[in-house]
Order: sequence, then structure tokens, then C-alpha cells
Amino acid sequence: MSEQQEQQAAKIADPQGQDTHPLVELTHVEKHFGHLHVLKDINLAVNKGEVLVVVGPSGSGKSTMCRTINRLETIDSGDIRIDGKPLPQEGKELAALRAEVGMVFQSFNLFANKTILENVTLAPIKVRHMPKDEAENLAMDLLARVGVDSQAEKMPAQLSGGQQQRVAIARALAMKPKVMLFDEPTSALDPEMVNEVLDVMTELAHEGMTMICVTHEMGFARNVADRVVFMADGKILESGTPDEFFEHPKTDRAKDFLSKILTH
Amino acid sequence: MNAFAQLFSQYDIPGAFLVNIELTLWSALFSTILGVMLLLMRISPISSLRRIARGYVELFKNMPLTIIMVFMVLGVYAQLKLSFSTTFATNFFWLAITGLSLYTAAFVCESLRSGINTVPIGQAEAARALGLNFWQAATQVILPQAIRGSVAPLGNTFIALLKNSTVAAAASVATETSTMMSEMIEYHADLIVPIFLTFAFGYVILIIPFGALTTYLSNKLAVRR
Repeated sequence: MSEQQEQQAAKIADPQGQDTHPLVELTHVEKHFGHLHVLKDINLAVNKGEVLVVVGPSGSGKSTMCRTINRLETIDSGDIRIDGKPLPQEGKELAALRAEVGMVFQSFNLFANKTILENVTLAPIKVRHMPKDEAENLAMDLLARVGVDSQAEKMPAQLSGGQQQRVAIARALAMKPKVMLFDEPTSALDPEMVNEVLDVMTELAHEGMTMICVTHEMGFARNVADRVVFMADGKILESGTPDEFFEHPKTDRAKDFLSKILTH
Repeated sequence: MNAFAQLFSQYDIPGAFLVNIELTLWSALFSTILGVMLLLMRISPISSLRRIARGYVELFKNMPLTIIMVFMVLGVYAQLKLSFSTTFATNFFWLAITGLSLYTAAFVCESLRSGINTVPIGQAEAARALGLNFWQAATQVILPQAIRGSVAPLGNTFIALLKNSTVAAAASVATETSTMMSEMIEYHADLIVPIFLTFAFGYVILIIPFGALTTYLSNKLAVRR
């Protein structure tokens, strides 16, 4: 088939002219930490606009999987593709790829030596070479969206955990990423601050952002996810819609997990 | 008291201290530059640079300063014929600064590295996750926090540098304090106690305010997390 024909075939298969390949694709990914086999033959595809929630018991490898997607963790074997392109090795290309993949951490990781505004403008200025005033306008818009624009001149330590995490989301969004990774974004928060972060994430999901969220927030998984993936012992055991997973779990491991967290 | 008056009128003691202060300031400047370079090499993603920096630090940290200073004169100047100036005094002055800087840089690097360890790994991960390269992450995020976290060890390194500047005598810097002290003892053997007290307290008076400043700065600049 010629390239032109291939493109035509792709158009027929996908009349909106969207990319036919998944935005994030993991195939046969394996990883060890010493003797510990943390990721076992992980296969996962996330389409553009999809909200994927990864749940599972502690130590099941879900955070590690999330971190392999922008190569904060390297993998032993297998293949990870973002937008059809394999994940590059260290260097310029990897930095360029990371700029396209937003990441939100459990421990916020706001730059402690910079103000809230500088936290958000740093990467657009340094990586995207955006003029300072343009970056500041963008940052203020994003900070307003997550509701912390009044704190722009403060230092991270002066903000509450919930506010810090919302700034971290704004900081990632400032790079206009193709996909956002959330690595247990509410696990380090006081209970009363969890919702303000989940609200921002829900809004983001409704706007069509592609999201991969590792979380223990089952309410969020049930209401916002397009698909729930259940991991245990380094393997993906189940993958399905929230209804399928929460109402009709297939594996005993998932049934056991759900019985432990949903009875209270 | 007369003894002190006699010593101060006969010798330019403040002038000698000034020489040590000059040696210290220049060496502090150069060792900081070299120390930061070594640190960047030590935390860089390139393993050969890491090894070179590590080798340098291990070598100079573990070598006695006197040997370095004597080598500057007998090796670098007398054998290798490298000199800074045709004027003897100026030449030895700068050879001493070179020796002190090479030596102190190893300690500056180690002090800063202890500061790096106060910066949580998440800071570097966040910087990398945003697409910043090594240099941008180091200069924008890691080093500014590491330097603030290493004020106390850096202060101690520079205090040691000021005291070490007396070893410049080994590099034939004739005007500094320890050379002057030996000379005084030679001509005023009866005044040994006043001579010792003069120099001992001279350094204590110089260093106490510096130590206080270090403590103040390390509290004031501490990164709030």
C-alpha cells in the first residue's frame, strides 16, 4: 500500500481524521528493582482524550508504571510510545518529550526557591522560550483557573497542600501537554483538601485532556474515568469501564481489593 | 602591656593580618568558582566527568596543605618554571593563592554536595518532568537551594581557609602572620607569651564575627519547605 492509500484507509477508519494510533502505548514493559519484579508484561494503550484511572493495592507497581511514561523510571525491556514515537534515551529529545507530558506528583514538588508565579512561568520561559510577559499572562490565567491567582507572589511553603497541588497542576498545564500523568495527587493531602484538587482534575477531564491518574480516590475513578485499570503485584489484572470494574470485577484479587476499600 | 606596645610599634601586625585576609579573599573567590564547577561535574549525567571530579576531590581533600604549598614553590615554580610575576613577592603571593584555591575547592565541592543532599529528589524530578535540561535544572532549581542549604558547612570551610592561609609561609609569602610570628620569636624570645596571644586573639577576633554571620545567614536563607 502506498503512503497515500494508507492515509486514505486511515481516514475511512477514522472519519474525523484523528490519529489512529493511541496517544500513549506500553507494550510488554518489564522492570525490576534489584530482585523485585515490579512491572510484569505491562500492555496498555491510552487514546487521545481518554481518562484512565489506575487503581490497586500499595506496591502493585502503579506509580512505577506512571513514572516510566516520561522516563523518570527506566524500563528493562518492552516499548513505550507517546503519540506513535518511541521514548527517547537521555538528552535533548527526552527533555523535549517530557515537555509534552505533564506530571503531577504526590508530594507536589513545587520549586521551593521560586514564587508561585515563577514556578508556573519557569518552564515556558526556559524550555519554550516564551517572552516573560506572555508567560506571566498565561500563568495568571492558569492560576485563576485552579483558583490560586491571589497567591501568585507567595512562596510554596506559605500555601496549603491543596493549594500547592493545584499550582503544580497549573505548572504542568503551562507547557500545554498532550497528556497529563497524576501520580497519587491527593495521597499527601489533608482530607478536607482532597476535593479541591479532584475538582480541578474533574474539570480538566471534562475539557478533554488525556489523563492517566494513579489514585486511591474511588469516587473519582467511578465518576470521571473512561476506563479503570486494576494492578496488583506488577501486573494489569483488569481493565474496563468503571461500571464493569466496580460492579462486576472478574478476578478474585480485584474482588478482594474492592471489598476492603468499599465496605466503609 | 608594654610588651604589646613594643611589638605593635616595631612590627606592622595589622598589615600582616591584611595579607592573610587578602590571601583568603582571593582563594575564597577562586575556590568557589572551581568548587561549583567540580560540583556540577559530580552531579552531571556524564559518568567520566563525575569520575574526574570525584578523583580531584579525593586527591586534594586528603593531601596535606603544606605539601601542596611546598609543591607550588618547588614543583610548579622551580621545576615547571611557571610563574605569575617577575617580582618575587607577587609571584609567591599568587602561587600561594593557587595552592590554597586548589585545596579549598575540594572542600567547597563537598560542602555544596552536602547542601545538594538537603534538596529533595522531587525537586529535580519536577524540573526534569517539565522538560528542563540538566544545566537549567541545576542553575534554576537545585543549586540555588543547595547553596542556601550549605551556608553553614561553606562558612566552616572559609574559616578553615583563613586559618590555612598561614600555611602560605610554606610558599614563601614573607609578609603574612605566621612568618612574622616566627621572626618575632627569633628576635624577642623573652616575649613569647605576648606574641602568641597577639596572633591567637587576632584570629579569634577575625573569625568570631564571621562565624556569627554564617549562623545568621544559614537561618535567614534556609529554604522553607
